[in-house]
Amino acid sequence: MSREFWKAFARNRGAIIGLIILAGVVFLALFADLLYPTSPWDMVTRPFAPPLSAGTLMGSDTLGRDIASGIAHGARVSLLIGLTSTAAALLIGVTLGALAGFYGGRVDDAIMRFTELFQTIPNFVLAVMLVAIFTPSITSVTASIAIVSWPPLARLARGEFLSLRSREFVQAAITTGQSTPSIILREILPNSMSPIIVAASLTVATAILLESALSFLGLGDPNMMSWGYMIGASRTVMRQAWWMSFFPGVAILITVLAINLVGEGLNDALNPKLARKGKG
Amino acid sequence: MSETDNVVLDVRGLTISLPEGAERAHAVEDVNFTIAENELLCIVGESGSGKSMTAHAIMGLLPAPHVKVADGEAILNGRDVFTRSEAEQRAMRGGDVGMIFQEPMTALNPLMRVGEQIDEALRAHADMDAARRRERVLELLAAVGLPDPESLRRSYPFRLSGGQRQRVMIAMALALEPRLLIADEPTTALDVTTQKQILELIQRMQRELGMAVMFITHDFGVVAEIADRVAVMQEGRCVEIGTADEVLNRPQHPYTRELIAAVPHYIEHRDAFNREGEPLLDAQNVRKVFSLGGGFLRRGRELVAADDVSLTIHPGETVGIVGESGSGKSTLGRCLLGLHRADGGQIVFDGTDLNRLGRRAFHPFRQRIQMVFQDPYASLNPRYKVGRIVAQGPLAFGTPRSEAYARARELLELVGLDASAAERFPHEFSGGQRQRISIARALALDPELLVADEPVSALDVSVQTQVLDLLDDIRHRLGLAMMFITHDLRVAAQVSDTIAVMQTGRIVEVGTSKEVFSNPQHPYTQELLAAIPGQNWEIPEDLRHLRAQRARTPRGADA
Amino acid sequence: MGKIVSFLGRRVVKSLFILLAIVLINFALIRAAPGDPALVIAGQSGASDPQYIEQLREKFHLDEPLPQQLWTYVTDVATGDLGYSYRQQRPVWDLIAERLPATLLLTGIAYVFSLGMGLLLGTLAAVKVGRWSDTAITTIALLAYATPLYWIGLMMILLFSVQLGWLPAFGYQSVGAGLTGLDHFVDVAAHLVMPVLTLGLFYMAVYARLTRSSILEVRDMDFVKTARAKGLPERRVVVRHVLRNAVLPVITFAGIQAGYLIGGSILVETVFAWPGVGRLAFDALLQRDYQVLLGIFVVTSIMVLVFNIITDLVYTLIDPRIEVS
Repeated sequence: MSREFWKAFARNRGAIIGLIILAGVVFLALFADLLYPTSPWDMVTRPFAPPLSAGTLMGSDTLGRDIASGIAHGARVSLLIGLTSTAAALLIGVTLGALAGFYGGRVDDAIMRFTELFQTIPNFVLAVMLVAIFTPSITSVTASIAIVSWPPLARLARGEFLSLRSREFVQAAITTGQSTPSIILREILPNSMSPIIVAASLTVATAILLESALSFLGLGDPNMMSWGYMIGASRTVMRQAWWMSFFPGVAILITVLAINLVGEGLNDALNPKLARKGKG
Repeated sequence: MSETDNVVLDVRGLTISLPEGAERAHAVEDVNFTIAENELLCIVGESGSGKSMTAHAIMGLLPAPHVKVADGEAILNGRDVFTRSEAEQRAMRGGDVGMIFQEPMTALNPLMRVGEQIDEALRAHADMDAARRRERVLELLAAVGLPDPESLRRSYPFRLSGGQRQRVMIAMALALEPRLLIADEPTTALDVTTQKQILELIQRMQRELGMAVMFITHDFGVVAEIADRVAVMQEGRCVEIGTADEVLNRPQHPYTRELIAAVPHYIEHRDAFNREGEPLLDAQNVRKVFSLGGGFLRRGRELVAADDVSLTIHPGETVGIVGESGSGKSTLGRCLLGLHRADGGQIVFDGTDLNRLGRRAFHPFRQRIQMVFQDPYASLNPRYKVGRIVAQGPLAFGTPRSEAYARARELLELVGLDASAAERFPHEFSGGQRQRISIARALALDPELLVADEPVSALDVSVQTQVLDLLDDIRHRLGLAMMFITHDLRVAAQVSDTIAVMQTGRIVEVGTSKEVFSNPQHPYTQELLAAIPGQNWEIPEDLRHLRAQRARTPRGADA
Repeated sequence: MGKIVSFLGRRVVKSLFILLAIVLINFALIRAAPGDPALVIAGQSGASDPQYIEQLREKFHLDEPLPQQLWTYVTDVATGDLGYSYRQQRPVWDLIAERLPATLLLTGIAYVFSLGMGLLLGTLAAVKVGRWSDTAITTIALLAYATPLYWIGLMMILLFSVQLGWLPAFGYQSVGAGLTGLDHFVDVAAHLVMPVLTLGLFYMAVYARLTRSSILEVRDMDFVKTARAKGLPERRVVVRHVLRNAVLPVITFAGIQAGYLIGGSILVETVFAWPGVGRLAFDALLQRDYQVLLGIFVVTSIMVLVFNIITDLVYTLIDPRIEVS
C-alpha cells in the first residue's frame, strides 16, 4: 500500500520538487536560530543595504535588519500558523461535515445552513475583523484563519460521508451490529480520508497566504517576524529598495507553490482514478 | 446465410489492441461476421468479452489513443471503414450507421431540448431547411411511439422516463435512415416491461427501413426473442456463429452450452413448501414514505415507497419479492433490517414488533436478520482484510477475536473460498467471489432470516448461477428463511418457494412459485410474465441436465 | 418562467436570513471583544475622555439588557443606520456609500475578467491536454495560485510604473487633470488595469484549473459519445456538448468564491490606493475605527449575497433542471 503510494507520488515530478523545496523551508524554520542567532528584529548593519552588500545576502531593511534573517525566522510563523490553523479547520470542518453527511435530514440542514453562512461572509473581511477586534497575536491570527477556512472542508467531508453512508459496506456494518461511533470512525472516515488529506494540503497553502496578507496589513503577531509583515513594512520605500519586499514575496510564492505541488502529488497517489483523468 | 449482394457490413479479421499493461494484449482478436439487410445479428457475451469494443470500433468511437484497431477490416458500402478519413467516418456516423447505447439516463445531453438533439443529427448530415427538419423531428418522435411529439420536442431529457429516453435515442439514431443500426445493450438498464416495448420497436423499425441490426446483449432470452443470427464471444474471440435456431437449440461450443445452461428458468421439480406453524416474520400494513427535495422553508414531494404491505415468512421459507425499479421492493427489505424505519404498520419478528424498537433494543435482533447486498464492489470495505470483514459481526456481539476469526475461515470455506482468503483484501477478488464473501459475512452471525437484495443482478450469467446455487444450498443446509429481492421473475422462480409481486409500493399478488408462474392472477403479474424475453424458446433438454449436474457437484472457487 | 421567479424569490428570502445572521455575528463581535464595548466602539478616538465614553454608553444603550441592545442594533441596520464614525465625524453609511462605486467597478470587472479568462484558458488547456500549451497554462495557473496577490500588485507597480512608466501606480484617476468624456474614461481605464489584473489573476488561476478538470470529466460522459455517434463535427461536440455542461460547476464555484474576491479587494485597494471600500477598511484598521469596519462587514456581505443571486440567475438560464431542484 505505502509502496504503491510512493510510486504513484514519485511519478509526479512536480511533487518531488515540491517536497524538496518544502523540506528546505522546514529546515530553515527549524534551524533559523542557528543560521541567524541574532533576533531578526535587531539592527545588524546599515539601513538600505542592497543584496550582497554590507555582509548581507538579501540586503537590509529601513532599520538595518537583515532580510535573510527575517526570511529564515518568518518561515516559522508561516509554517506554524499554516499547520495549526489547518488542523483546527480540519477539526471543525470534518466534524461538522461528518455529522451532516452521516445523520442527514434536519441535522444536515442546520449544519449546511451554518456552513453556507460562513461561506457567504467575505472570508478575508471576517478574518481582518476578528484579528483587529481581538488584537493581533499568534493565537488570534491562527483562530481567525481557522474560522474562515473550515467551510470548504466541511462541504467536502459532508459529500464524502453522504455518499459513503449509503454505500453497501456501511449498510452491512449497520446490519452486523456495529456501533455508530465505530461505523463513523472505522468504516466511513478511513475511506473518506484521501480527498480530505488532499484538500487539507491545499488549505495549508491558503492559510499561509492568508497569514501573510494579515501581516501585510499590520495584523500579524507583533512579536514574530513574518514574511507578510516584511512586505507591508517596506512597501512605502519600494521605489528605492525593491529587495525588501521582493525576497519575502518570493519566499511565500515558493513555499505555497511547493505545498500545492505536494498536494497534487498526494492527489495522484491517493485518488489514482481521478488523477488519470487529469492526465488525459 | 445470405451473404452475396445484400450484405451491409462485412467484418474480417478484426483485432483490437489494448494498451500495454492491460489484462490481455487484444480486446478483440480475429473476429469475422457479416450482417445483411433486414437481418438482426445478436452478439452475445459476458462482460469483458469484447462485444462492445467491436461495436465501438466499427463506429470509430474507440477511446483513442490507447485502444485501437490493430488489424482487419470492416466493409460498409463496399469500403473499409477503418481506412476512411476522419471526415468520411464522421459522415458515416449517424448517416450510414446509427448507434444506441445502454444507459438512456446519461446518453442524452441534459442541457439540450430533445428536439434540438435530434435536429443536430439531421443538420450534420442532410441538406434540409429548418422547417423541413422540424417536420422530420416530429415524424421521428411519432414513429418511435412517443406521445405528443410537439410538446416532447421542446422537453428536456430530465422530464422523460428511461424508456422514453431510449425511444428518443432510437429516433436520433434512425433520423437519417441508416443502413446499419448498432444497439449496444439497449435494454439492459430498463425494466422488463419497457424492455419488451423497446425490443418490439427496434424490430418494427428494422422491418420498415430494411436495416441491418447489430444487437449486443448478454441475455439469451433477448437473443431468443429477436435474433436472426447469433455470434457468441468469449474473451475477445468469436467462438460460435450461426442462425438463431442453430445456436440456441443445438449449441456446439462448450462455452455457448455453459452460457445457455446458466440462463435462469423456472424449475418445476421443487417440492411445495409447507407453510405451517407460526411465521418467523409477520409484516403487517407496512408503510414507508420518503420526502424528496424540500428544505428549510418548504416541504418536498412525497414518495410512497411502501404502502400497506403485508407479508409473512416462515422458518426455512424463501420468499421472492419481484418488482420493477421503484416498486418498493428494496425499501421493504431495508425496513425489515431497520435500515429504514417504517412510517406505519408492524414488522413482527418472532413475536416482537421491530418497528417499535429503539436503536439499542434492536441490537440483539441484528444477529438474527442479515443481509446480502447487490453490488459486490461496494459491499465490502476496501480498507479491511476479508477475515476482518467476515468476523465483524461476531466481534460486535462480543465473540472473542480468535474465535471470530476461526469462524470466519470456516465460513469462507463453506461459501466455496479458500480459508486463506481471510488474509487478502477485497480488491483481489472477482465479483462472484466477493459476493461469496458477502454471504459469509451474513452467515457469521448465524441468522435465522437472510434478506438478499438483488444478490446476483450485478454478476455475469455463469457466475450468477453459481451464486444462486450456493444460496440455495446454504439455506437448505442451515434451514434459513430468506427474502430474495429481484427484478427478474426467472431468477425468483428458480429460488423461491413463495413469490410476492410488487408494483408501485404495493404487493399485488402472493402465491407459490408454481401458482404465480403458471397461473398468474393479477394483470400486472401477467404483464410481467408476458414481458420475459424469449418465452417461446425452451432451453435444450440436455443443457437442463448439465445445470442440474452442476448444482450437485461440489463448487470450486472459480466464480 | 414562473418557476424561475419563485426560485429566485426563495433565494432572496434565504439571503435575508443569512443577512440577519451576519448582523447577529456583528453584534456579537463587539460584545465579545475584550474590554468595554464603549471603548471598542469609540476606537482610539476619545478613549481618554470619561464623559465622552458615558455619552457613547447612552447612545448605544449599553446599559440596557442585551436583547434590548440587539433589537436596537438590528432595527438600526435595517433602516440603513450603520453607526457613526467618531474618528471621521461622519455616519458610517455615508463613508461607505461614497466609496462603494469604485469597489463595485473594481470587483465587478475583476470578476468578469477572472471568470472569462479562466474559462478560456481552462478550455484551451483541456482541449490540448498534454501538449505544450496545456503545460504552459497549467504552470501559469499554478504560479498565479501560489502568489500573494498584494505582492503581485507591488511587483507590477515596480515593473510597469516605476521601471517602464506605462501605467499609473495609484488612485482612481489622475489628480487635478480635470479630464472629461473619453479622456476621463481612458484615464480611469488605465488606472484600473493593474488593480484588476492583480485581483483577477488569482481567481483566473482557480477558474482555469477548475474548467480544465471539469472539461476532462465531461469529455468522457455518455452523451458526448452520443454526440460523436451522430457524426457531429468535432467543434460542435466540444462547444455544444462538452463546454456547456463543463461550465456549470465552474459557475457554481464562482458564485461561492464571490466573497473571497471582495475580501481580496481590501488588499488590492490598499496597494493601489484605490479609493474604495477596501481602502476605507484599511484606514479604519489603522485607526482602530471599529464602527466603520463593522459597517463594511455588513455591506460587503450584502455584495456577496447579490453576487450569489446573480450567479444563480445565470445558472437557471443555462441549466433547465434547476426548476425542479
